Amino acid sequence: MDNVLTYMTFIPVAGAAVVLVLPNNAKLIRWFSAAVTVPPLLMAIWLFNNFDRTKSGFQFVEPYEWIPAFNIKYLMGVDGLSISMVLLTALLCFICIFASFGIEKAVKGYFALFLILDAGMMGVFCALDFFLFYIFWEVMLLPMYFLIGIWGGPRREYAAIKFFLYTLFGSVLMLLAILALYFTVEPHTFDMRVIMSQASKYGTQVLPIWPFNRWGWGFQHVIWMALFIGFAIKIPAFPFHTWLPDAHVEAPTAISVILAGVLLKMGTYGILRTHFAMLPVATPDLAYWFLGALGAWNIIYGALCAMAQKDLKKLVAYSSVSHMGYVMLGMASFTTQGINGAVLQMFNHGTITGMLFLLVGVIYDRAHHREIEGFGGMAAIMPVYTGVTALAFFASMGLPGLSGFISEVLVLLGVWQKYPVLTILGASGVILTAGYLLWTIQRVFLGPPNEKYLKMPEINGREIFTLVPLGAIVILLGIYPSVVLDLLRASLDQINQIVIPHLHS
Amino acid sequence: MDLKNVASLSFFVPELILSVTILLLIVLDLIAESKRGLALVAIAGCVGAMIATFDLYSAQPGWLFHRMMVLDNFSLFFKVFALTAAILCIWMSLGSNEIKQVHQGEYLTLLLTCTLGMFFMASSSNLLMAYLSLELVSLTSYVLTGFMPHNRRSGEAALKYLIYGGVASGTMIYGMSWVFGMTGSLDYASIQAALGTNAYSTTAVFIAFVFILAGFGYKIVFVPFHMWSPDVYQGAPTPFTAFLSVASNASGLAIMIRFFFPGVSRMVPGGDWAFLSGVEWPQVLLFVSMITMTVGNLCALNQRNLKRMLAYSGIAHAGYMMMGLAILNNEGLSAVLFYIVVYLIMNLGAFLVVGMIANVTGDEDIENYRGLAWRGAVIPAVCLAVFLFSLTGLPPFAGFIGKFFLFSAVIKQGGAFALLAVVAALNSVVSLYYYAKIIKTMFLDTPNPEDKSISVAVNDFTLMIPLTVLTLVFGVYFSPLAQYTSQSLRFFVK
Repeated sequence: MDNVLTYMTFIPVAGAAVVLVLPNNAKLIRWFSAAVTVPPLLMAIWLFNNFDRTKSGFQFVEPYEWIPAFNIKYLMGVDGLSISMVLLTALLCFICIFASFGIEKAVKGYFALFLILDAGMMGVFCALDFFLFYIFWEVMLLPMYFLIGIWGGPRREYAAIKFFLYTLFGSVLMLLAILALYFTVEPHTFDMRVIMSQASKYGTQVLPIWPFNRWGWGFQHVIWMALFIGFAIKIPAFPFHTWLPDAHVEAPTAISVILAGVLLKMGTYGILRTHFAMLPVATPDLAYWFLGALGAWNIIYGALCAMAQKDLKKLVAYSSVSHMGYVMLGMASFTTQGINGAVLQMFNHGTITGMLFLLVGVIYDRAHHREIEGFGGMAAIMPVYTGVTALAFFASMGLPGLSGFISEVLVLLGVWQKYPVLTILGASGVILTAGYLLWTIQRVFLGPPNEKYLKMPEINGREIFTLVPLGAIVILLGIYPSVVLDLLRASLDQINQIVIPHLHS
Repeated sequence: MDLKNVASLSFFVPELILSVTILLLIVLDLIAESKRGLALVAIAGCVGAMIATFDLYSAQPGWLFHRMMVLDNFSLFFKVFALTAAILCIWMSLGSNEIKQVHQGEYLTLLLTCTLGMFFMASSSNLLMAYLSLELVSLTSYVLTGFMPHNRRSGEAALKYLIYGGVASGTMIYGMSWVFGMTGSLDYASIQAALGTNAYSTTAVFIAFVFILAGFGYKIVFVPFHMWSPDVYQGAPTPFTAFLSVASNASGLAIMIRFFFPGVSRMVPGGDWAFLSGVEWPQVLLFVSMITMTVGNLCALNQRNLKRMLAYSGIAHAGYMMMGLAILNNEGLSAVLFYIVVYLIMNLGAFLVVGMIANVTGDEDIENYRGLAWRGAVIPAVCLAVFLFSLTGLPPFAGFIGKFFLFSAVIKQGGAFALLAVVAALNSVVSLYYYAKIIKTMFLDTPNPEDKSISVAVNDFTLMIPLTVLTLVFGVYFSPLAQYTSQSLRFFVK
């Protein structure tokens, strides 16, 4: 299987091109698009099986010259971290095609854009050349803008442009940072592996310019900040999170799933790839405030915001803000448990939140609104739906036996060794989470059934089909998390080992 | 080599071909029945000139006409550029309703004369020649801007253009007189020699250069010499606006680079240029660049007319290109040349679609673009979206690579220029807002029942599709173009 990463990335692009020339038959386009997402999923599973877990470093590397004059390469490769994300992407894309079968407006455009989005996400997780990484990172923006903007809810135009402007703001800073890194390493290259190998050498002296000399910041710190803003917008970390609720509320269900399931992970993925592995001198200095404390604040702030929401989808959106906080907090600990827990949390959040958004979509399709107060007693009307929702909610609040529990416990265990105060703050978020989720279950599912919805049809086969794989993974990882942890361990250790020598203790 | 008048003629073939075509067009206009044929003659003339220009790449670089002009890769680059813009403009004119109302023969004659002026701008190596060529381009541009009969806007635009142009070139020639007064020469090589050896007051040199910059700045359209551009862009017939927006800007850059780089600076090994010591020139350019891009982008935000919006966006792009000049090295210049080519493709493309829509709807108001994609014009809408995203600088489009080169040259320079890069980067975020506004109107808004459905002529597709494809191709595979632009940086100095 040579060039498996390239095929995985570009099969959706080819699929998108074919979709554009297919006859205007909605059914054909839907099923064809679904078929296009199958090979990447199979390839991701193949990667998962064939990845050598004992070795650190990148595997399945595909080095090709692209623009030799600037030493830009077409360089793809994966480690355990990437594979976990690629697997998540492939799975969610496959599921989301089915979740999009209800789309009636301009079907051709929707699926073509969706497949391009798929390719962009795959590319981001596989690219090992910074230039290539940046191109994929930006290529995702265009389909996302249109997918929210054309197929979204009533305020879709506002949400789409807000998302676009926020993300572009982050990515232009990222571009400058990438260029600065390029000119720092010798020989000038965008090859992440080369930059990583020189990471502890460059940019360590304090810059003689105010205010950097006052803060003791070197070149690495400045680059760190520029990249961090780009990634923090994606995560989204407070105070850059405000695009997220808008985008989620307006986006169609499948796009919400992709947005929460994959796009948010790119922020934290980027931090591990670049901040940890390429800026190890600055990372220990800045991690406490910008990852740890900000992460803890994200957990609490997101949970409190979620508690105040009246719209079910907005509630799930803010719960994402809260859950991504655990990822940041875990990374800031620089302990094996913390980092492994953080990445596991990335994966788990993808599956759990994916389920939550799909479930919200199910009820929205039937009731045409998402007001929490507008329901009540749904357990009697839709028992199966209620069961699946309860599973997802319990996983989200970290009930033992389900996947969310493992990752949150690992994160808190890891952080406890370093920052007890932050751990206590983070752990209190668990209580808040339980609070808003249980309260929501009570308001939506319990109590006397709402007269209006007595005839509401039960969740159908297609919807069940989209939820079952995610539910199965949630239960499996709750009982046997080693499936993913084994995959991650060597790669994350390698990344962590780059930073550890620079820790002040 | 330093050639005399007659000997120079064999290196002057492209200009001669253009001149013959111009004369031929005047005669043919009197006798030809079908005016459409005239455009084809003009295109044929341009293609002939293009072939002759490429033929000169093998020639020895040197001075022509007693050091009035210079033949080198740099001048050839801008000649090819001007011809490409002219051919595309004439092709666009074929389908334009605006152009159908005017006298074809005169229009084409003036357009080619303007192109000829750009040839001289690219190659002049003497202040007098530079002034005359700039005026030749300006005068023909004034006429072409006011060319629409019974159109008040067009007439007003021409008058504004004329007044601003007059002031700017007056200022420029005043600055030139200072240079002449100090050095006793109009010839670039002698000026450089004189300024390099004798001790002049750096203040005097600085003031003279700022005056000269006014004339160049008015052609390149940077702040504060930009006021004419929105009115002129809006008033002039669209194909000519497209031509003006790229070719006039490019020849302004050509004349400016020629004067400030090989003209008065000295090349040092490693691709850097040493400006006259004591003259804080990079700071001036840096400041002008920042102000230009910021003003351009901020003014574009609230425009409702697409041609006006593109005019302000053109000002912003002039600001981006100035970044490459401010850092005074070959990497920056090469990035500028790359950018101008990419800008030609995407900006002409944008104007082409704007012109096509205006043919059906009558004007360029953004209201006319409501739900364009759902009114039978999905392909033009997609193409315009590609051009606009490319202008924003998003990958995988060519505009991104252009910005990438500019940013990388600036970042490499470091220091205070890092701030310039940050300003430019933030500016591209601002620009997204107004470009995306058009895209939003085309795709996200639903058309009103009374909006006309749009149909597109085959003729326009023949230009629009290749430009779109080029925008995409140069976005992912740009090595040949980058190589061409860096090779075009060979100046003949002495």
